[in-house]
Amino acid sequence: MGMESKTLLNKQIPKLVKQPITRVQLSQYAGASGDFNRIHIDEEFARNSPLKGVIAHGMLSMGFLGQYLDKIAGDDFHVKNFKVRFRAMVRPGDTITCAAEVMNEENQVISLDLKALNQHNEPVILGEAILLAKEEEGYL
Amino acid sequence: MFKDRIGKQSNKVKNVVERGAVKKFAEAIGDLDPIYFDEETGENSRYKANLAPPTFPRTFDYGDIEGLNLPNKGLIHGEQTFHYERPLRVGEEVFCFAKVKNYFEKKGNFGEMGFLVIENYGEDVSGALIFSSTSTVVISEAVRKVLVK
Repeated sequence: MGMESKTLLNKQIPKLVKQPITRVQLSQYAGASGDFNRIHIDEEFARNSPLKGVIAHGMLSMGFLGQYLDKIAGDDFHVKNFKVRFRAMVRPGDTITCAAEVMNEENQVISLDLKALNQHNEPVILGEAILLAKEEEGYL
Repeated sequence: MFKDRIGKQSNKVKNVVERGAVKKFAEAIGDLDPIYFDEETGENSRYKANLAPPTFPRTFDYGDIEGLNLPNKGLIHGEQTFHYERPLRVGEEVFCFAKVKNYFEKKGNFGEMGFLVIENYGEDVSGALIFSSTSTVVISEAVRKVLVK
């Protein structure tokens, strides 16, 4: 397959530091995803709710990890499995950093441990993923 | 109240992985990888196509599951998974449906919490699976009480 040299084992995967989340971004994500839940976009509604203010879509932070995964995968691998657990609220102004560690790699299958951390280094998402080498044929 | 919905599923809905929708979705995430929207990058890539970001299936219409009425507030997204047989290609048609996989209740810090597990599927025109995804939604006792009324 000509991909023998592509390996992540024993390599430090650079972290991905995202720009701070903005309210505009939450509206943008609401429009792009179709998730217009008021807790993400309506400040007055959110302030009067038990959450006391707007929170980011969990799927936006998972999207950051998706960006990170696609970046790690490059053009040689694709995302096969991607699983997350949402651990903490994310608010506008928070800065999310994505981090990954290679847990295993064999036969062109890479297992990763994933974390999305906020600016206080607290995990907001914990997850795992499996990347698989893209097949040469049989796709289109 | 969700228990009797286990196993119920929606009718398939045809979705299209629209080029503009993929671009807007990637932009909202702040992910400007040209593989999502630049045609030349797509043509020169291994699959000779633009691809959708891994969480893009969030945007699809999966149809309605009869009798499953979720509140529009008070839900907590607990877990989410995506499983891909192959990447999603920009421009292709995807036939989507949803199924109630499980519902159970567990005592937690905020009373009896309900866990609703919904499985979403995306198939190609021949019925072959492209992806599936699982969402676990946590519903608090307080919210469920309102629903019963």
